[in-house]
Amino acid sequence: MAANPMTQFEVYRIGPEIKIGSFDLSFTNASLFMVISSLAILIIFNLGSKKNSMLPNKIQLLAELSYSFVSKMINDTAGSKAKPYFAFIFSLFMFVLFCNMFGMIPYTFTVTSHIIVTFVLAAFIFIGVTVIGFIKHGLGYLKLFVPSGVPIVLLPLIVVIEIISYLSRPISLSVRLFANMMAGHTMMKVFGGFVISLGIVGGWLPLSFSVALTGLEILVAFLQAYVFAILTCIYLNDALNLHH
Amino acid sequence: MIKKIFFQTIFFNFFFIREVFAAESGGMPQLNPEFWVSQIFWLTLTFGILYVVLSKLILPKISANLELRKSQIQENIEAAEKQRESSESKLKEYDEIILKSKLEAKNIFKDAREKVLKDINSKKEILDKQINEEINIAEMEIETLKKSASEKINKIAIETSSDLIKKIIGTEINNSSISTIVADLSKKNGDENYGS
Repeated sequence: MAANPMTQFEVYRIGPEIKIGSFDLSFTNASLFMVISSLAILIIFNLGSKKNSMLPNKIQLLAELSYSFVSKMINDTAGSKAKPYFAFIFSLFMFVLFCNMFGMIPYTFTVTSHIIVTFVLAAFIFIGVTVIGFIKHGLGYLKLFVPSGVPIVLLPLIVVIEIISYLSRPISLSVRLFANMMAGHTMMKVFGGFVISLGIVGGWLPLSFSVALTGLEILVAFLQAYVFAILTCIYLNDALNLHH
Repeated sequence: MIKKIFFQTIFFNFFFIREVFAAESGGMPQLNPEFWVSQIFWLTLTFGILYVVLSKLILPKISANLELRKSQIQENIEAAEKQRESSESKLKEYDEIILKSKLEAKNIFKDAREKVLKDINSKKEILDKQINEEINIAEMEIETLKKSASEKINKIAIETSSDLIKKIIGTEINNSSISTIVADLSKKNGDENYGS
């Protein structure tokens, strides 16, 4: 019968147990796919930047198109001041994208379907953006919570809402990616289970659903990576160019 | 009928599978903190290495490649622009030269025509003068000839008449007597015969 659709998210140890102090730092399947994704990114972009020909070959074109894509995205959302953070956002986008995409291969593990991974990334972004904001604007960064043009009566309420929305950023950022990946993969697993359980007679309908879902999930994999990166850019924009 | 059975199977299967899931699942594996620390550690490690290598080694290369290509294309465009401009200016020069030479040719033609016309005119005048002179000379000659003609005719008349008389009569007659007769005759008929 169909396997539990959640078993695909289980993390298990690969190789020996590594313990430092009371922390378990064992190499797991999640670690394996993080390493695979990073290596894939490094290999592709290393090949793409190795030689510079006037007419780029396919892999060079891929690398340069990704570069200009991310560069344009950052420039459009956060302006030219965000240039020093380009490498970070590029790595972030590529890492999330490759983790999502590797997750689409059957029998692989989706790193980004784990809340702890996405939350660590989002928390790092949140802390980083807040630190950048305070370094750039000092205590003036707190003006972010006081929008201009708001009646004095409403101001206390607005400030509270702004603070809550600011503090919920890492949660919304991480849960968005995690929930999308988990839901998509669970759904695919469920439909895959239907195919098996209905067999040759009725399995064709869920199979066609499964095929359509695979396409959708590939789109979602790209889209969520893009959303993750662009939201990072927007948060960075708030920190760099204080509008309020 | 078959359709109904088909959908019923799907429907009941759904319940069945859900029951199975409910029985098997021990909640979301994501919320099991057993490997959280390991995941955080490996995420930091891999992402850190990825970030460092990308930002220090690979991205500057891609950026340099892009810049180089951009500048090369720009240079090529500029060079092409320069060549276009120079060719345009050359074309303009050629046009000017052609225009100038056309004008010159026109002037030369004009000059030549005027010169030729002048020559022809002057030559015509000279010729006219010569012709007039010659006509004058000829007229004068004719005049003198006309004057001398009557005398000559008289002489001839005298001679022929003397010859005729000699042949007819066989004696010689004094020329002077004949000439007086001829002179008489010519005086009588002169106005009718010669005009002057």
